[in-house]
Amino acid sequence: MNLILGFLASIGRTVLAGLASMGRITLFASDTLSHLARPPFYWREFLHALVQIGWLSLPVVGMTALFTGGALALQIYAGGARFNAETVVPSIVAIGLTRELGPVLGGLMVAARVASSIAAEIGTMKVTEQIDALTTLSTNPMKYLTLPRVLAATLAVPVLVGVGDVLGIMGGFLVGIGRLDFGAATYLHNTIDFLETWDVVSGLIKGAAFGFIVALMGCYYGMNSGRGAQGVGRATKSAVVAASVLILASNYLLTELFFAS
Amino acid sequence: MIELHNVHKAFGSNRVLRGVNLTIPSATSLVIIGGSGTGKSVALKCILGLVRPDSGTITLDGQDVTRGDRDAFLARFGMLFQGGALFDSLPVWQNVAFRLLRGSLKRPLSEAREIAIEKLRRVGLKPDVADKFPAELSGGMQKRVGLARAIAAEPEIIFFDEPTTGLDPIMAGVINDLIREIVTEMGATAMTITHDMTSVRAIADNVAMLHDGVIKWTGPVSEMDHSGDPYLDQFIHGRAEGPIEAVR
Repeated sequence: MNLILGFLASIGRTVLAGLASMGRITLFASDTLSHLARPPFYWREFLHALVQIGWLSLPVVGMTALFTGGALALQIYAGGARFNAETVVPSIVAIGLTRELGPVLGGLMVAARVASSIAAEIGTMKVTEQIDALTTLSTNPMKYLTLPRVLAATLAVPVLVGVGDVLGIMGGFLVGIGRLDFGAATYLHNTIDFLETWDVVSGLIKGAAFGFIVALMGCYYGMNSGRGAQGVGRATKSAVVAASVLILASNYLLTELFFAS
Repeated sequence: MIELHNVHKAFGSNRVLRGVNLTIPSATSLVIIGGSGTGKSVALKCILGLVRPDSGTITLDGQDVTRGDRDAFLARFGMLFQGGALFDSLPVWQNVAFRLLRGSLKRPLSEAREIAIEKLRRVGLKPDVADKFPAELSGGMQKRVGLARAIAAEPEIIFFDEPTTGLDPIMAGVINDLIREIVTEMGATAMTITHDMTSVRAIADNVAMLHDGVIKWTGPVSEMDHSGDPYLDQFIHGRAEGPIEAVR
């Protein structure tokens, strides 16, 4: 009996800790967004974050999309050949990338690159008292550090997803004409004909949501980093794990929402 | 005048401040001494609002520090952190002029840079340091940049958290003189935390000894050597034997 109660208590504790954590993150997010309406806005920090998150993530997101598009073309061709539907390769590659793989893989790559870097940077600032120093210099750390990063990621990741969509389709195109004997004009024709505006837009909306999640997790875990190198290391790891899990979970919820509408 | 009345602060089960009562008159220099981990930095951070006390009141010129315009309140303060706390991503001069580049004290870029270089000179650093990044400086130089930042906007009240730790004796003397000068010339109120008894004698008008979360002794620096307080005596003479346990 005691064993069962102990087991149930441990589940209860885990659920309560999870709910408390969600509550803290929600409060952190609302605090961040509340600064949008209150000046000053630190444009320099925002532009710096835009370059760090957007421009410098372009190679990794672009390469991921390019190779994924190529691999996807091969897989769809192999599957489609089983029921003589090889011609669907261009349209399935385009739809799969724009609606699902582009935003999800792009989001996960940005999570690995950006959430870790933000958490490590802000965590180090916290343990070296730089966050306290900002406060004593009449500068709100949420306004100066968090808001510019969250806003930059929310705007930059959809752009990255858009570029990733193009490169992914190009990857499929290169494999299609080089390896699967598609004609270039036919491939492009099939891609454009079956692709709808909503396919692209829904992926970009997902990208914005994932960008928000990535930067928010980086900032949240950085701001709540423990002491010393171990504390910063733990914050970095937690930021990447939380951002990745939330990206996958919110991807399902957004897909369900788009599917229902 | 800054007044702390019955201030308590605990971190989990660790009760750091257990009823601190302290008064710092305007335009005077108070030095807080005490063993490591006795809550000196916590007391200082409570005044600035960086740490929220569990109970008790802290007032500045009679006003509760937790109420009123926070930006206006903080604009009256300068703070030198123990490790310098310089912003890695900014060059030295922008660190020093941080407050002058944004907010209510904003100045034109060239003027802010000039002020920064002048403050750097005041703490014994050459102008060529201005364009370097904090990571390119030694620990002692970083500390002096931190000091220059603390005084850049000429605040009314300046807190120094171990200002001479990590500096050679000559530079420590320069910094002690500078702190003294700031109090006498600028009429600033200074509150310093240090373990360095040479600094205490050079900087302080008044001394407060914090131990076990309470102020054990406070009085003018001139009375420190014959206070008759066993805790203070042990601390200022650095004796291993006495009421303060060496292992804490």
